[in-house]
Amino acid sequence: MRLKTLALASAALFALNAGAHAQQAPVKLGILTTLSTPGGYIGEDVRDAILLAIEEEGGKLGGIPVQTLIEDDKLKPGDGKQIIEKWLETDKVKLFTGIIFSNVTIATVPTILESGGIFVSPNAGPSNFAGKACHKNYYVASWQNDNLHESAGALAKKLGYKKMVLLAPNYPAGKDALTGFKRMYGGEVVEEIFTGLDQSDFSAEMARIRAAKPDAVFQFHPGGQGIGFIKQWAQSGLKDQIGMVVAAPSMEQRIAAATGDAAIGIAATAHWNTDFKNPESQAFVKGFMAKYNRVPTVYASQGYDTAKLIGAALKATGGKLDEDAFRTAMLKADVKLTRGAFKFNNNQHPIQDWYEVKAVKGADGKVALETVGKVLENHKDAYAQDCKL
Amino acid sequence: MQLLFEQLLNGLQLSLTLFLLAAGLTLVFGIMGVINLAHGSLYMLGAYAGALAAAKFGSFWLALPAALIAAGLIGAAMEWLVVRRLYALDHLSQVLATFGLILFFNGTIAWGVGRAPLQMDTPALLSGFVQLGPGLPYPTYRLAVMGVGVLVALGLWYVIARTKLGMLIRAGSDKREMVAALGVNIAGLFTLVFGLGALLAGLAGVLVGPIRSVQIGMGEQVLITTFVVIVVGGIGSIRGAFVGALLIGMCDTLSRAYAPMLLKMWLTGALADGLGAALSSIMIYLVMAVVLVVRPRGLFPAGG
Repeated sequence: MRLKTLALASAALFALNAGAHAQQAPVKLGILTTLSTPGGYIGEDVRDAILLAIEEEGGKLGGIPVQTLIEDDKLKPGDGKQIIEKWLETDKVKLFTGIIFSNVTIATVPTILESGGIFVSPNAGPSNFAGKACHKNYYVASWQNDNLHESAGALAKKLGYKKMVLLAPNYPAGKDALTGFKRMYGGEVVEEIFTGLDQSDFSAEMARIRAAKPDAVFQFHPGGQGIGFIKQWAQSGLKDQIGMVVAAPSMEQRIAAATGDAAIGIAATAHWNTDFKNPESQAFVKGFMAKYNRVPTVYASQGYDTAKLIGAALKATGGKLDEDAFRTAMLKADVKLTRGAFKFNNNQHPIQDWYEVKAVKGADGKVALETVGKVLENHKDAYAQDCKL
Repeated sequence: MQLLFEQLLNGLQLSLTLFLLAAGLTLVFGIMGVINLAHGSLYMLGAYAGALAAAKFGSFWLALPAALIAAGLIGAAMEWLVVRRLYALDHLSQVLATFGLILFFNGTIAWGVGRAPLQMDTPALLSGFVQLGPGLPYPTYRLAVMGVGVLVALGLWYVIARTKLGMLIRAGSDKREMVAALGVNIAGLFTLVFGLGALLAGLAGVLVGPIRSVQIGMGEQVLITTFVVIVVGGIGSIRGAFVGALLIGMCDTLSRAYAPMLLKMWLTGALADGLGAALSSIMIYLVMAVVLVVRPRGLFPAGG
């Protein structure tokens, strides 16, 4: 009797397996992201949003079964490169996403592209690969880095700030942030202050700002540094006298929650926010909160949109990662995203709208971001003209 | 003039925070001969215990003891379970083991609390600012942190210079074998010193909670500067840690405040801003290099 059951069970299992084989071998999606270090919460949100999109389709994207490989790059370009090489050689992965930080992108993406792989960025969009060095298998679903700060510059101009002090960490992305901001701002920059990348105490900078007496400051300090900066800004009393304009990485949902009342009144820009009314966005926020029990960040929306774009391309090619067919399908971007209007430019970076958002105290006493209005429409990046695609 | 005064206060405030971290690290390194990379983790655990307690009970005044108890107990447990096995080993093994502890604590927080930074507000009593002069409001909370730093420095001085425990600690950092040979319970002394160091790190963590971001990896950011402080001050000496913290904290703050301004006397704006920032970011290491050339064992080495 027992033997019979066992035989039956194995037969059933065998049938199941055979069925799966007959269907299709899943497409392997390599997700290299940052899960440790203070930036770990960003990678976590991107990863979780991608996994949510796959789970909502029952393990598929665009109707094609997807198998994910996930690794932490620890924000170390060298580690990232090793993981990518292993995936390319041992696991034969062809489709990659997940990278958060530009320095990891710059170190790993050439390896992917040289091996004929395809990369879709859910976050970093360094200028290096947006102009002359653009590539037909490299897509950016988030933004070109400068766009973030250009939108903040446009907002500062719109708010009528005449004299500003600009602050950013002293490294390439920090300097790019100030360049991007100034490209759209146009007013007088009284002082540019560069901070240290590991700096957590900003009291000397606060005193310098007080002495410079600007109308407002623009500061680019993503994640934890930004949280410290905003807390110290409020404690110094400058908050009540001087305005602050920031881009999305320096004021997103986690920063608003961690800084609380100190964030209220800061003017920020973003290409997506939790209160967007389009059904895709509302469904995403609901799904994310139900599965993970936390408010999704703008990074999470980028991860989700990345998965949706990949899904649309896989659907059109029937799951084949043939470069040209995938590219034709991908560039159509034939899918509704959480952020609404979206097109790929000739350099395969986004053309999209940017909005003003501000931190307000919700009915529940928690600080949340509220969308105020549009700042830039169909905004492109400044490097696309150098790209010969 | 007023700006200089404000920047000096800022420097003093940073120095006293650094001192809380450096005091524990220098005692552990000097007396027990252990390089404890996980000292920054104790700072992080203090901040997390404080932020979690503040969120649960809604009071900073309960967060403070919660952080001290958590950091002190975890520190003592760490000594008993892990660090005790490292005394006989070389520095490389100690670095490896305590680096492992960093990964363990970061992983535990990511798993248990989550990766999102925590909120921690200034206590209502200490929010707002004090007018130190016309047009010079200074955050009350920062003044309070300075007060705590001074009290801890005085307290440590008293314990080390005036009590029996302090005598043993001083003796232990100078002539460890001799103290053991005289029949002092060195194992107990070590657990106590390690726990005390952990307590101070936890205190620093909870005090900066309302100022900085409470998040994973916050300990590693401050650890390097703390090592610079104890190397400059002389390893094993509380007085050295205090003077080193003052020197490094002041240098760091004043160079960030004035380097670009001074360079603007000779250079154009953007160049001066960039160069000034680069210079201020290496300033503390320059100071360390100069001190080590003049006094290779630091300013006030224990037993020197």
